Amino acid sequence: MLEQYYHSVTLDRGKCKGCTNCIKRCPTEAIRFADGKARIIGERCIDCGECIRVCPYHAKVAVTDSLSSINAFKYKIALPAPSLYGQFEKVDKFGKVLAGLKMLGFDEVYEVARAADYTAAFIKREMEENRGRIKPLISSACPAIVRLIQVRFPELIKNIIPISSPMEIAAQIAKRTFCEKRGVKPEEVGAFFITPCAAKMTVVRNPIGMDKSFVDGCISIMDIYGPLCSKIKKAKSEDVLHMATEFGVGWANAGGEGRSLHKNNFLAVDGIHNVIKVLEEIENGKLSDLDFFEGLSCVGGCVGGPLVFENSFVAQNRVRELKSSAQGNALTCEEVEKEVSSIVWRFQTEITSKPVMKLAEDISVAIKKMEEMNTIYEQLPGLDCGSCGSPNCRALAEDIVRGYATEMDCIFKLKEKVKMLAQEMIELSEKIPLGKETTSEEDVKE
Amino acid sequence: METTDNVTMCQYYSIEAGNFTLAGEAAGQIKNNLKQLGIDAALVKKVAIASYEAEMNLVIHSNGGRLIFKINPKVITIIAQDDGPGIKDIELAMKEGYSTAPDTARELGFGAGMGLPNMKRCADRFVIRSEEGKGTEVELSFNLS
Ligand SMILES: Nc1ncnc2c1ncn2[C@@H]1O[C@H](COP(=O)(O)OP(=O)(O)O)[C@@H](O)[C@H]1O
Ligand code: SF4
Ligand SMILES: [Mg+2]
Repeated sequence: MLEQYYHSVTLDRGKCKGCTNCIKRCPTEAIRFADGKARIIGERCIDCGECIRVCPYHAKVAVTDSLSSINAFKYKIALPAPSLYGQFEKVDKFGKVLAGLKMLGFDEVYEVARAADYTAAFIKREMEENRGRIKPLISSACPAIVRLIQVRFPELIKNIIPISSPMEIAAQIAKRTFCEKRGVKPEEVGAFFITPCAAKMTVVRNPIGMDKSFVDGCISIMDIYGPLCSKIKKAKSEDVLHMATEFGVGWANAGGEGRSLHKNNFLAVDGIHNVIKVLEEIENGKLSDLDFFEGLSCVGGCVGGPLVFENSFVAQNRVRELKSSAQGNALTCEEVEKEVSSIVWRFQTEITSKPVMKLAEDISVAIKKMEEMNTIYEQLPGLDCGSCGSPNCRALAEDIVRGYATEMDCIFKLKEKVKMLAQEMIELSEKIPLGKETTSEEDVKE
Repeated sequence: METTDNVTMCQYYSIEAGNFTLAGEAAGQIKNNLKQLGIDAALVKKVAIASYEAEMNLVIHSNGGRLIFKINPKVITIIAQDDGPGIKDIELAMKEGYSTAPDTARELGFGAGMGLPNMKRCADRFVIRSEEGKGTEVELSFNLS
């Protein structure tokens, strides 16, 4: 049975021109074409946003919450992703970004970068407990990568660090602190993540490692960029206390999580296609002396998210420069101890595999289908052109056995068939008795 | 015997000697096949490691050969065959750490002498036959149920 699964990434059918650019880039082969339009296969999509980046007609969109949606709550808290800091030209103070955000209608702003400091502390505990039993441990920070592992690398699920993301930790600490300070009820407070990507929006609706997210909505950096820029100009940096350490802020860039763990033996890889290559290596047992693997779907890390405004490389550099001004901040052991016992920071539910590539439940049936698939594949031209609507010839063969496509979807096969039929027509036409033809011509003349 | 158990699939991959750019592709395809067939992740890993080692031995030590992947509902079989040069002393070749890999392979990090022992460890059944001057055949079986 196919479970209904929410996705932030969706298709704007009206804008889709049927160009097939996206089908080749999709890391889980989750896009097909039918009737000249793309279709996303929900069970396969991991919300990485590659198709959003590659679509020349902007037909792939990420659904996020609007800024006005915060008004559903009496009190509103903004949870800015660390990548937000890298978006603004000539803004050299964290406080200005945070204060500007507050001016957009929030009662409080809590930095996800600060929560990342906590997450790093929790991961360090976990690593000490693990004592090198599982190697490498794999970061759970990027939800697109966790979904990728569920779909394509089930054997590596046990390597995923079962610690909540900075976003979830931020929501909990921010809400509790706000309620204590103001004496209000938790249900009156909404926490909104300012997101660089669709994957985070999806994970709020379909949480990983927990039943319900502590986050109430996600607003994309792209949507908030304009209004925020104008507020930042008037913002006073003293208005909101910037508490994150340089390491927490560093999570915006690839390798930031690894560095915050103060372990030398880590590997950070960004860009989903690169991550896949390294996961293959890990799966083959090649990197078993590595302690920690940080895989990020976006090039450059979250600063390269599909919903950010600034160029990934420019933003990366800006975050690096800004980081130095966070050097005075620290997270104390007491602060960590306090949260260890008061928030949910470990996964509460197991991560399960999603074997959506499986051909059939029953092994005999699956083997038969694969054989059939191989036979069909051998008949296809092997050009991987994508004109059939499947990403490559192999995928078309697979779609045919699954019953979603036919051999005639291949334009080369179709051409062959048309040629054959045309030949047959010629042969048949030669068999038409001459006498009759003459009569009809005479008919016309008369 | 149930009729469904007679379903067998078989795939051949021809492996070129000394071609390190293509090395590992056949094992990678076998791994993907197993995932598509819905084989348990832990078993996929074992078969993948063993077939990778088998493929590498063909690339490094043989004059070229074939990797064969067979599956029926009961068992997965991986066969690596080549036409030479064969192994003189099989017992010695099976020793952990024993390797005659040339420098060209060692420079790329191969030649730890763990390939055959690892194949034996991963598989439920391991058979090696070899004749000097003729060729080598390694047959690995993995039980599915
Ligand atoms: N197909 C083969 N043909 C000839 N010799 C082989 C073959 N496979 C293995 N050998 C011999 O057995 C030795 C041990 O193999 P293996 O355990 O895989 O270690 P390694 O490949 O690292 O040398 C090789 O160094 C080689 O001498
Ligand atoms: S790398 Fe960051 S921005 Fe990109 S998908 Fe993952 S969490 Fe989102
Ligand atoms: Mg070897």
